[in-house]
Amino acid sequence: MTERLAWRNLWRHGRRTWLTVGGMVFCNALLVFMISMQLGSYALMIDGTLSVLTGHLQVQDKRYRDEPRMRYTVADGATLAQQLRDDTGVAAIAARGSAFALASSEDRSFGIQILGVQPAFEPQVSTLPGLVTRGRYLQDNDAAEIVVGSVLARNLKIGIGDEITFLGSGRDDSFAAGVATVVGIVDSGMTELDRSVAEIPLGYFQVIFAMDTDVHAIVVKLDDLAEVAPLKTTIRQRLPQANTTVLDWDQLQPGLRQAIQADMFSAFVMYAVLIVLVAFSVLNTQLMSVLERTREFGVMTALGVRPGQLARLVLLETAIMSLLGLVLGCLLGGLFTAWLGQVGFTLEGMEEAMERYNLEGRIYPQLSLISLLGGPLVVFLGGMLAAVYPALRLHALQPVEAMRAV
Amino acid sequence: MTAIRCTHLNKTFTQGEQVIRGLDDVCIEIEEGSFVCLSGPSGSGKTTLLNAMGGLDQPDSGEILVGESRVDQLGKSALADMRLHSIGFVFQAFNLIPVLTARENIEFVMQIQGLPAAERKARAMAMLREVGLADHEDRLPSQLSGGQQQRVAVARAIVSNPTLVLADEPTANLDSASAIQLIELFRKLNRERGITFVIATHDTRVMAYCPRLIRMEDGRIISDELQSGIPGEPPAAAQ
Repeated sequence: MTERLAWRNLWRHGRRTWLTVGGMVFCNALLVFMISMQLGSYALMIDGTLSVLTGHLQVQDKRYRDEPRMRYTVADGATLAQQLRDDTGVAAIAARGSAFALASSEDRSFGIQILGVQPAFEPQVSTLPGLVTRGRYLQDNDAAEIVVGSVLARNLKIGIGDEITFLGSGRDDSFAAGVATVVGIVDSGMTELDRSVAEIPLGYFQVIFAMDTDVHAIVVKLDDLAEVAPLKTTIRQRLPQANTTVLDWDQLQPGLRQAIQADMFSAFVMYAVLIVLVAFSVLNTQLMSVLERTREFGVMTALGVRPGQLARLVLLETAIMSLLGLVLGCLLGGLFTAWLGQVGFTLEGMEEAMERYNLEGRIYPQLSLISLLGGPLVVFLGGMLAAVYPALRLHALQPVEAMRAV
Repeated sequence: MTAIRCTHLNKTFTQGEQVIRGLDDVCIEIEEGSFVCLSGPSGSGKTTLLNAMGGLDQPDSGEILVGESRVDQLGKSALADMRLHSIGFVFQAFNLIPVLTARENIEFVMQIQGLPAAERKARAMAMLREVGLADHEDRLPSQLSGGQQQRVAVARAIVSNPTLVLADEPTANLDSASAIQLIELFRKLNRERGITFVIATHDTRVMAYCPRLIRMEDGRIISDELQSGIPGEPPAAAQ
């Protein structure tokens, strides 16, 4: 009967209860959508960042991340990459070399980073091959060809068919020099990248920079962030050399997680404000409800009901109200978010901008158990917490005084 | 056997700077199964005495014994238990829980006592029959007349078989017919079940039914007398 009493008490002032429940439903639905969208946009952000070059995982020499020297290499990189592709079933795995060099055209010279890539596999781990706006991407693993960024091409005053000379140091500290023909120009839209990066075939890179069959990294790209951890373990178990390690995107791009955390913090501050507002609404409703029933509570106390039992009644009323808000909010927010998760949505100009980066231009909110229940459960707890004060007031209730209340 | 013994009860209230003596050295003894009226004008102290007997309010000094319990020395929980199991209250305003039906209001006390649902329902229905409201079990208080509500309140007060019922101006809001019906119901329960009734009232209709009439004024007992000629009873029935 306590449950029945609590339920009926809620509907004594149906409009007030609906207003409070409505606030909770709105807040919960909003939280479900916002958190799902946040997770979706983080996925987009991570994918967008990692798709350019980094990938989700990289196999490297243990020292290379902190000290990227030419001699810190992974032996037999192309073979190992193939082996990993075969063992893990993941196709998007490519070996890569990396060196700094002075790139010169007839007129000008600039310091650049030259990447030695596997033309057959690089398009699967990086968006850059898809961003060639003039000419073509690399094709032959051993050809003396080069793809350069659009800003670098402009700075060097070169075009398709022109030659670039590059000078640097080989793995063995020897003098490394090469001449490659520009076959493609990449316009990633990222000025810094377009100014400083060029790609040449891995075979040619290994010859020029005295790498033998070594590489500096084996890059792995995945479709789902959830696959990163298990694949990392799998790859680590398959590494043949003690001096190699496998690093995940968080280790490769620590700034990315920090940016996400900073964004999450500011979002959570906003959510906290929202939840506090709802909690105050519950506090107001329950306090009013307790105050206007003071006389009734006095009578109940006179009948032998203990203050603790009255407090439990008030908490039960709040729990029912909050549960109603949670269920309806999750249902509405969940359905809307699930639908949006299927069709995705984009913002004004976002699709065009992202296409320029060879990236998906739509955000797909990611509905998960956490995004569905995380926020609403906190709202539920906030509501319950807000009811503690009205419930505690009942402990101090004096029956005679309470029954005198109007 | 003594149902209630009050010894040198004192209680003062302050109203602004004025000190009001609610109870002034009140001594009273009420036997089990008796039917007693506390009468007097407003502010005479009858409600204060009733509240003190029921453990709803604490005296400043003096002793109250209800059965074998020193009410003035019990803690909150023990008082709640005593009220739940041994005392029934009937108030001036009908004081039913507005969202519960007549039957549910009666069941409420038993639920707090932890009785099983089937027993609660059976006893509540029996009580409704006893107070003549068997066909009103599903009505909310707002769908009952004042007299009917007060009868439900009486049923609620006695459903858990208390030894003592304290009624504070139970007929104040009732018309004459309802008031007479209610007081006759009290007498019936008093006679048939041996429940002790202490009724605070200034309603002469009620006083006429009380074998023992205690008059109060300014917090003091000014007279304590036995009455005869109770309506519907031979003179010998008076206690």
